[in-house]
Amino acid sequence: MKRITGIGQYIAVDSPLHRLDAAAKLGLVTAYTVALFLVTGFPGLVAMAAAVAIATRVANVPPRAVARGLRAVGLLMVFTLLANSLRWQPAEALLRLGPLAVDGEGLRAGVFFAIRIMLLVTGTSLLTLTTSPIQLAGGIERGLAPLKLLRVPIGDLAMTLTIALRFIPTTAEEAERIITAQQARGASFDTGGPIARARAYTPVLVPLFFQLFRRADALATAMEARCYRGSEGRTRLREERMGPSDWVTMLGIGAALIGVGWWL
Amino acid sequence: MIEFESVTFRYRSGDAQALSGVSLRFGEGELVAVVGANGSGKSTLARLCDGLLLPSEGRVLVNGIETADPDRVTEVRSLVGMVFQDPDDQIVGTVVEEDCAFGPENLGLPASEIRVRVDAALAAVGLTGLERREPHLLSEGQKQRLAVAGALAMRPRYLVLDEPAAMLDPEGRRAVAAIMARLAHEEGHGVILVTHDAGDVARADRVIGLDAGRVVFDGCPADLLADADALARVGLAATNAGRLAEALRAKGFAVPVTAMDAESLVSALWR
Amino acid sequence: MALIVSDVTCDYASGTSMASRALESVTFSLEPGRLAVVLGPTGSGKTTLLRVASGLLPLVAGSVEVDGAPVLGPGSVRGQVGLVFQRPESQFFALSVEDDCAFGPRNLGRTHAEARDDARGALAAVGLDPDMFGPREPWSLSGGEARRAALAGVLAMRPRYLLLDEPTAGLDADGRRAVAAVIRDACRDTGVLVVTHDPEVFLDVADEVLVLRDGRTMFEGDVPGLLAALPALSRAGVVEPPEVPRTLLLAAERGLLADCELTLDPEVAAAALASALEGRERAR
Repeated sequence: MKRITGIGQYIAVDSPLHRLDAAAKLGLVTAYTVALFLVTGFPGLVAMAAAVAIATRVANVPPRAVARGLRAVGLLMVFTLLANSLRWQPAEALLRLGPLAVDGEGLRAGVFFAIRIMLLVTGTSLLTLTTSPIQLAGGIERGLAPLKLLRVPIGDLAMTLTIALRFIPTTAEEAERIITAQQARGASFDTGGPIARARAYTPVLVPLFFQLFRRADALATAMEARCYRGSEGRTRLREERMGPSDWVTMLGIGAALIGVGWWL
Repeated sequence: MIEFESVTFRYRSGDAQALSGVSLRFGEGELVAVVGANGSGKSTLARLCDGLLLPSEGRVLVNGIETADPDRVTEVRSLVGMVFQDPDDQIVGTVVEEDCAFGPENLGLPASEIRVRVDAALAAVGLTGLERREPHLLSEGQKQRLAVAGALAMRPRYLVLDEPAAMLDPEGRRAVAAIMARLAHEEGHGVILVTHDAGDVARADRVIGLDAGRVVFDGCPADLLADADALARVGLAATNAGRLAEALRAKGFAVPVTAMDAESLVSALWR
Repeated sequence: MALIVSDVTCDYASGTSMASRALESVTFSLEPGRLAVVLGPTGSGKTTLLRVASGLLPLVAGSVEVDGAPVLGPGSVRGQVGLVFQRPESQFFALSVEDDCAFGPRNLGRTHAEARDDARGALAAVGLDPDMFGPREPWSLSGGEARRAALAGVLAMRPRYLLLDEPTAGLDADGRRAVAAVIRDACRDTGVLVVTHDPEVFLDVADEVLVLRDGRTMFEGDVPGLLAALPALSRAGVVEPPEVPRTLLLAAERGLLADCELTLDPEVAAAALASALEGRERAR
């Protein structure tokens, strides 16, 4: 029986990065991404890597937590490296492996792109490590606020997101309960090939989805009973707002990153 | 006052009537228990009180406002707070205070006013200090108290609760019962409690009994508890405490029908 | 032949930040034909005990044995130990009650026809006519009916031991009565263990009672033994006595009743209270 404490990688410590407003951090991640794609040479990548290293230090999080995100993209990095550096029977080559060959230029490009992927992932993981899912949802809502002018229902999307976050631990517990109950009736989830195993989950997924739909219905009724009419006209108990220091930090560092990216 | 004027309700046209020709009045400051077997219409009655369901025939009025009036829905729902059986079906906030604030936020109140209401509502249910706790880390009883706080934050005059203690352990049930008694008798709310529990009936000021969509009893708890046939009709069973009281009465002791627990029995015997 | 839990210690949520000891050196045994009731406040480890007895939780110490064979995981007790969780009706997944009930027997290797017979038999045993209820969608059943149908799903596996977690929770009077009757019937050839917050329904017919608090055994014995230990257990806040003995306890506490034998029977209790009152009258 596991108690799920929320999703993802958020590490709750104190640091200047943790205290920085979520929307400002989103802005910084955007600037960093732009800078990363403006960079044209290895010196630029080194500068971005330095930025990530400094940020990790400032964020008071262990480097290994930042590196953990790389597991997901390891395969992609290898693929990028190979796709760029291998050529079919080229004229010139550094190394030949039968009809394939490693091309000097291609290798350089492959390494560049692979490192860029790595820096992209580590940089953005700093965002999720220092921002709780709830703060992140709030930041996204504020960041996307200008889209309201285009009639995009940002407020409703944000409400959907926060409700989803609120129900992740509850749903996980529900799933665990159902799995255990079906196990008690003799169901087995770890025998047979992949197809058999997938089918074995039907007695778990059906009741779970049924419960989720039923709950959504009941929740909607309860929200209506508390006068929910959509996100127009709603106020908030705690209004997270960007303060002057948040603006300065975001614009200052953002500009610096883009400047370096452009120059290098 | 919440008034039901000859209310009939069908879930879908052609369906049997969930409620038939029900006329009732609920006032402020009283704790009313609504009882009935499954399918008797008591949950339907609860949802008609704040316009979550609208009558197929007849009217429901809350302080003179018709629940069917589409322009005054918010007013009606601010006057009548609802609490349902499963706390997880009601809590939307990511932390306690955010959920409690949900109602006032929907009303567009300023943040300072919301703060005042949230603090007061959490204090009323004994959850002060847990403002930043995530809901899934609360006990079932705490979650249900949070649901009550969420309703109270709207500053309603009436509170309708549909079997709020059904999923709680005895301690949780006691906590909810105490809160409801206080809200009715000390804070002057009109509290309507849909329940299966004979103890809730004994503690109420008035009982409404439903059977197949009709009101078959409307009076004081003592009269219902003394009537075994009526009790059966509304799906309440005799409890061992009730049998003890009955046995004592049979021996000639004056034990009121509403004495359903140890404290009241002992007080009655050794007055 | 018994389900034996020996000196079991086990943790909750081990490995996470919320780890705690769920059971500490608990010993208990259950024989077929006996009804045992487990009491204790929320968090006392009652549900954990059920899970341990069905092999669903790893042990830190101690052992669990079913009919002489050690329990090493849910697979090893399949078919012998039937576990019914709280609100079992939320686990329906098939399109008909009969199919859902047949799930357990099918997993035990019964053929379609055999499983169907098992399911129909179990439905009849819980008072649900298989012809009427078999083809219905599980979600269309009322509270009490759904609860009994879920019970049938476990009974269809003919377990020798039946473990139930709060089987009457959330039901109305009729539902509670019906489920209690099914459980009492099941005792005939099954060892039944019931975890409950509402002991009134089961204490009258229980053979054994186990009281837990904070994972430890506070009392183990038969019902008369429980009644004798009740004053101490109640004072320590471990057990909430049912109303009848609680009335006697309260009267004794207030010096209105000389210490008497506690009982669950309203008539006997009434007689005790009556003679105490008459005694007082005469003394005046």
